[in-house]
Amino acid sequence: MSEENAIEVRHLSKRFGDNLAVADLSFNVHRGEVFGLLGPNGAGKTTTLRMITTLLKPDAGQVKIFGHDTATEGRWARSLFGLTGQYASVDEDISARENLMIFARLNGLSRADAKARTAELLAEFSLEQSADKALKHFSGGMRRRLDLAVSLITRPALIFLDEPTTGLDPRTRTQMWTTIRGLVAQGSTIVLTTQYLEEADQLADRLAVIDHGKLVKLGTPAELKQQVGGTVLTFTVNQASQVKAALRILAQTVAGKVRQSGQQLSVTLSQLTQLTPVLETLKRAQVAVSRLSVTEPSLDDAFMALTVGQN
Amino acid sequence: MDVQTHSGNVVMNTATMAYRNLLKTVHNPDRFMDVIIQPVLFMVMFGYLFGGAIAGNVQAYLPTIVPGILAQTMLSAASGSGSQLREDLDSGIFDRFKSLPMAHIAPLAGQLFADSLRLVIAAITSLTTGFLMGWRPAAGFGWVLVCGLLAIFTGWALSWVFALLGLLAKQATTVQSFSLITMLVLSFVSNAFVPLKSLTKPLRVLADLNPVTYVITAIRQILATGGWTHESLLVLVAGVIIVLVFAPLTVWAYDRN
Repeated sequence: MSEENAIEVRHLSKRFGDNLAVADLSFNVHRGEVFGLLGPNGAGKTTTLRMITTLLKPDAGQVKIFGHDTATEGRWARSLFGLTGQYASVDEDISARENLMIFARLNGLSRADAKARTAELLAEFSLEQSADKALKHFSGGMRRRLDLAVSLITRPALIFLDEPTTGLDPRTRTQMWTTIRGLVAQGSTIVLTTQYLEEADQLADRLAVIDHGKLVKLGTPAELKQQVGGTVLTFTVNQASQVKAALRILAQTVAGKVRQSGQQLSVTLSQLTQLTPVLETLKRAQVAVSRLSVTEPSLDDAFMALTVGQN
Repeated sequence: MDVQTHSGNVVMNTATMAYRNLLKTVHNPDRFMDVIIQPVLFMVMFGYLFGGAIAGNVQAYLPTIVPGILAQTMLSAASGSGSQLREDLDSGIFDRFKSLPMAHIAPLAGQLFADSLRLVIAAITSLTTGFLMGWRPAAGFGWVLVCGLLAIFTGWALSWVFALLGLLAKQATTVQSFSLITMLVLSFVSNAFVPLKSLTKPLRVLADLNPVTYVITAIRQILATGGWTHESLLVLVAGVIIVLVFAPLTVWAYDRN
């Protein structure tokens, strides 16, 4: 076990009937990083997370959390992480304070410690105002915050978040991101699943793209984007008669693949330095162009290129 | 990690879980319906409605109806265990419980412990209502206490059965409607409210076979004779057998979830 790894996953597999939900998955999560599990619906993200967090028994494979095998030292491993599930796993009928107290006690804190920690977390997650209200009156964002607060009672060094912002409005989502970044700043290791590419791009240091239970790609968001291809230059030739000339110029200066749609041309640049010669040559040949844009590949492009999904 | 975590302690975890279940009851007064409002309502309503018709007057009817309502309330309170467990399993909260470094059996044990407190409340409410209506059993307070404990034990034994149903059922609503129907049929097709000899033959056969009839008969005999009887021993042994059979089954079903 290397000291840098918070989690080691080896050859993890799970079958539900005829459906191979997770197939021979192996990866490491480094200490202190945000690791994203990205994939379309039904790709096996949640199943993988449930196996790592000991909620589901794998058919095959091994998971180590800070060096502890979850199969043989499950209870020990469980004391090292906090989990926020996909569905709010807090008690609806009781108040936020009572929820925190009960979970603090279940985590083994003494009554006094539980009380102190509850007060701290209520303040940290701005829930003091509604601490004694029943959760029925909570908004979705408040519920998620409480849910996360409950996962953080023991200040775990490792935090699992299963789709932490699904169903939240953009403002609450941004708040959640700020909270997650705060945890990272405190040195926590975070594993999150998401189907939002923007979220993965914003938060994750490294991503595992999963599709049909298999690991499709592992890397930083930048690496994944690079995979799909470089920067794309797009412009429209003002006069139809000059399209041919423009195509010739592109062939000479870039040598990349050119796509044409009427008077609109786009070409993939292998390096950004190719941009200036293209524009200069066009100007010298007096080919007037407009609606010029240079776009970096998005994680969306990477996602589409890498996954098939169920439909 | 600067927060001290002790390795899970079964007793402490169970106590916390029981506390949680009681808190839920306190916050949701409708969960008190079956243990407080129902026995009071049924005792008063049935007592004054049927007392005259069945026993001549309300006073004479009380020795019949008080044990009847007591048994019915126990059955009803016990049937709540199943739907509560199912609700927990259906919400995400069980995942949270399972991911905590706590005693594995605590959520189930806490539920059954909290249920026994509900049963105690239900028994006290039923007996007190009877007393306020003028019920004065000849056997004295000691034997009333014995009857209360026997009823609570029977109810607790049954809550294992309902807990198993809750764990095996697909939805909380299934458990609820099944529990309600079971409660209604078992408590009414018995000797709880009417003398068995007034029933038609087929109904009487059913009422005679009904376990609730045995419990009620046992309680009435204790109160009438002021002593432990053959019937009450039978009920106690049956309760022990139910626990011995259903507790392992319930734990098995719980582990499977």
